[in-house]
Amino acid sequence: MPYPLTITRKGDRDIEIFRVFDALRGRVFDCWTKPEFVRRWLTGPPGWSFQVCEIDLRVGGKFRYVWRNAKGAQMGMGGTYLEIVAPERIVNTELFDEDWTGGEAVGTLVLTEANGQTTSTYTVRYSSQEARENVLKTGMEQGMVASYDRLETMLDEVNAS
Amino acid sequence: MKPAERLNATFAALADPTRRAILTRLAAGEASVMELAKPFAMSQPAISKHLRVLERAGLISRSRDAQRRPCRIEIKPLVEADRWLERYRRIWEANFERLDELLDELKNEADASEARQS
Repeated sequence: MPYPLTITRKGDRDIEIFRVFDALRGRVFDCWTKPEFVRRWLTGPPGWSFQVCEIDLRVGGKFRYVWRNAKGAQMGMGGTYLEIVAPERIVNTELFDEDWTGGEAVGTLVLTEANGQTTSTYTVRYSSQEARENVLKTGMEQGMVASYDRLETMLDEVNAS
Repeated sequence: MKPAERLNATFAALADPTRRAILTRLAAGEASVMELAKPFAMSQPAISKHLRVLERAGLISRSRDAQRRPCRIEIKPLVEADRWLERYRRIWEANFERLDELLDELKNEADASEARQS
């Protein structure tokens, strides 16, 4: 059984994604920061994979992710690293190419280790409360979810044919 | 209201901590304005204003006939508002399950290489 995942709205502007992993912190950190590992898991819904996965892990360095599905639909995002404390903390800006999140957001990853397990807390802070609510009510629907809905429809079509 | 407008009203209503506390109270059962005002350091008119926002968003309903006009929580808009979260959750669940597998694999590789060295 995988560990439970918690996704909560914190304060006015944040969304927090919390999960425990059965692994040492250094290894979890590597999986979040080395392209050869990120490529293997941060792929989103079924059918999508990385086309571009570039990480320049230093303060001021940039990362760039582009995902693609079998039908050629594409989704990209990127940002700049603001703070790196290996293996416990990363702060970066993030912005989707089709800016459906109402401007640049700031993501903070915090890893803590206890008894051989690592807790991962990823908090995304949107530019304003309005921006976050916008993500919830419009962006999420029209952006990410719409892409995945399209994907689901496509998969249905593929399965039916 | 169109679905997008309704969702908008729901999120705007939920953005306020007092209104969330009112909904938490109402989840335990219906209550009058007076009963709702009690735990908050707020006047009844101030509470009534919050209740109007919640009512417009469809998050509560108020009985028309009884004199005390008790408020009742309405669950449907909350379910709609949470649907996006469910999608988002499914995506992250899938990501993290793949991460679990990757971490297992890396651990096994490390264990194997340790065993070779000893």
